[in-house]
Amino acid sequence: MKLALSPDEVTFRDELREFYRTKIPAEIRDRVKYGLELSRDDIVTTHRILNENHLAVPKWPVQWGGRDFTPMQLHIWEDEMQLASVPEPLTFNAQMIGPVIAQFGSEELKARFLPPTANLDIWWCQGFSEPDAGSDLASLRTTAVRDGDSYIVNGQKIWTTLAQYADWIFCLVRTDPNAKKQAGISMLLFDVKTPGVTIRPIKLIDGHHEVNEVFFENVRVPADQLVGEENMGWTYAKFLLGNERTGITGVGRTKVKLGVAKEHAAQIRSGRGTLLEDPVFAARVAEIENELLALELTLMRVISNSTDGKPNPASSVLKLRGSELQQAATELLLDIAGPDALPVNTGDIASPGWAQRSGPAYLNYRKTTIYGGSSEVQRTIIASTILGL
Amino acid sequence: MDFELTDEQVMLRDTVRDLLGRAYDPETRLKVIDTDLGWNRDVWRQLAELGVLGLAFDEEDGGVGAGPVETMVVMEEIGRRNAPEPYLDAVLVPGGLVARVGTAEQRQRVLPALAGGETLLAFAHDEPGTRWPATELATTAVLAGDTYRLTGVKNPVPHGDCADQLVVSAALPGGGVGLFLIAADAEGLTRTPFRTFDGRRGAQLDFASAAAELLGDGGDARAAVTAVEVAAQASLCAESLGAMEEAMRLTTDYLKTRKQFGVTLSKFQTLTQRAANMYVSLELARSMSLYATAAVADGSADQVAASRARLQVGRSARHIGQESIQMHGGIGITTEYPVSHYVARLTAIARTLGSDLEHLRVLTDRVGEYNLVEF
Ligand SMILES: Cc1cc2nc3c(=O)[nH]c(=O)nc-3n(C[C@H](O)[C@H](O)[C@H](O)COP(=O)(O)OP(=O)(O)OC[C@H]3O[C@@H](n4cnc5c(N)ncnc54)[C@H](O)[C@@H]3O)c2cc1C
Repeated sequence: MKLALSPDEVTFRDELREFYRTKIPAEIRDRVKYGLELSRDDIVTTHRILNENHLAVPKWPVQWGGRDFTPMQLHIWEDEMQLASVPEPLTFNAQMIGPVIAQFGSEELKARFLPPTANLDIWWCQGFSEPDAGSDLASLRTTAVRDGDSYIVNGQKIWTTLAQYADWIFCLVRTDPNAKKQAGISMLLFDVKTPGVTIRPIKLIDGHHEVNEVFFENVRVPADQLVGEENMGWTYAKFLLGNERTGITGVGRTKVKLGVAKEHAAQIRSGRGTLLEDPVFAARVAEIENELLALELTLMRVISNSTDGKPNPASSVLKLRGSELQQAATELLLDIAGPDALPVNTGDIASPGWAQRSGPAYLNYRKTTIYGGSSEVQRTIIASTILGL
Repeated sequence: MDFELTDEQVMLRDTVRDLLGRAYDPETRLKVIDTDLGWNRDVWRQLAELGVLGLAFDEEDGGVGAGPVETMVVMEEIGRRNAPEPYLDAVLVPGGLVARVGTAEQRQRVLPALAGGETLLAFAHDEPGTRWPATELATTAVLAGDTYRLTGVKNPVPHGDCADQLVVSAALPGGGVGLFLIAADAEGLTRTPFRTFDGRRGAQLDFASAAAELLGDGGDARAAVTAVEVAAQASLCAESLGAMEEAMRLTTDYLKTRKQFGVTLSKFQTLTQRAANMYVSLELARSMSLYATAAVADGSADQVAASRARLQVGRSARHIGQESIQMHGGIGITTEYPVSHYVARLTAIARTLGSDLEHLRVLTDRVGEYNLVEF
């Protein structure tokens, strides 16, 4: 048993710490730290700086830009990025479709897509969920029918994050309507500008445009844009979603949010002193911080025990608790803002910008326990795969 | 004890429910909250015609002379439809202050027009960087000749954007807090309107030596402010309750209709058990809302009673709001679907006139002062 990092790991950490804080523009990192919206450019700029320095896709095979990091190095890479408020490499590219193509794609597909995916020359979006297929993803109905050397795609996707910025979509489609649910599904890649694709915005309660509906009407997709084998899409999707889960724990980001929250609370007069000095308030911060520490140590245990990148069943604990603590931090900021949270998007008033963003952010962050496998789905996984219930 | 409504109160409830139900299907509501005003003057006129706007005021002040229970009944219906009309902000709170503190002449001048829907008031009290309850005001009133002049910043002022006249609190030269009346377009007063995250409106008011009329006889008005706030706390509890009931209704309906894995969500016991917990929260909140109103009605209301009610209602609102969204999944946080708007409103109420933390502080400060808890 040993809590400390090895000397090599400390060096590794310090180098990354320095890199993130000097090479990624401070304006972008500030926008992340204080919860402002990032532009497409902010994300592309950061992603490309990381890629130039071989830090965008370290988990990929070395041949395609991976780094052969140890699990602990990978953790440090991610954690330091979060602590420095660096926007993470676009998750659809780096964590989702890239690894799937690298693992299951033909050599041709790898050569064609992996370099531009690593450099965000192609912005990917994820076309999995449908109106009637959310938690029950395998009941999806979008069809792809083979016609010569194309597939003809018809159907609808929903909740497609940032499709308005995307160049390409990776889609789950039904290629065998007669097979059992999971068996007839394939994964197709195509340009969102292909004729027949329509993207429609969905406005969320925070007023932002973050997700979309995507409609397919006789979309002709070249058959060589199928990933792996026909009707094997479910296997690839499960691999992809397994990768997604550990990524959204967000311990570093939550720590930064709590730090920002304490800075603000120290400025607000309340009761007999500042809000931060209020024992009831302070007790709540202490509780959240302690829960976060317990989660971080659990994350470290998962990392130290992980073998060959195989998903650890306890990673569901990370998604479940990680998303709850992200919500707890946004709620704390909202409570610190108090009545100053009520106004939104208004300059020239006394309510500070961070306070004006805290209400919409709190409401928006309800998403973290819904997407990427809802909390209910995580509990079911824990109950069945770990507890055998 | 009697927790039931009288026949007249039930009639009032049904009338208001009917009116707001017709005015605000979810789609119309979205359109209305998107306008500059953010609410509907037609609905306001109808509320005036029904006597709702004058419900809380004495008959000699142009009102109906009804009590806090009637107010509660209306606020619950406003909450149920999430109606954006500023009944609390423009009528009950500033009107309540005029009724309590104003001279006979001032009451005659202001209240009938308020009850008739011809004029709108707002109460400018909160100041930047402080939290409820406002103990020391930075806004000052100085006497120049025989007029008072106000200097300071008031923010946020709920529905201060549309008010014709404002009731403003300020520190008096001789100590204590005075209340003042001032026209919204008075010289020396600048207002910056804003929208709120729950689709309502407000404003910041900047006073630069603006001439204002003293409300009442100029004595310390702190007790009146507290009394009106305590009544307003009860109203917020009632509004929350209406909103919670509707959020629950939407959620149980959704569980009965949404299908995943070939069955409705209501077949998953993990969800139905949690819906049952939401109902527990709802009933506890209902009891506390009734308690807050009954305490105001029998004249025994104090801040402790109001804070007890606000704390439970706030906790219930948080629980029901968060679970409502979670059980809806993605659709729960979209603009088009109403459940998110109820949650936004509940979230905003919980930061109005004190949050859970502040009400908890009111209670923790006093636990040593008594042995057995009682109502
Ligand atoms: C902001 C946001 C971004 C998203 N981005 C993307 C994206 O880019 N691409 C994409 O493909 N998808 C995306 N999603 C979709 C997301 O994965 C789905 O919302 C999620 O799978 C839940 O599906 P649903 O919304 O249809 O809810 P439902 O599946 O209808 O679930 C409703 C509620 O019932 C619960 N529930 C469902 N089944 C069970 C069960 N068997 N047992 C117990 N409880 C159950 C759920 O946990 C939830 O609480 C996004 C969602 C959001 C909110």
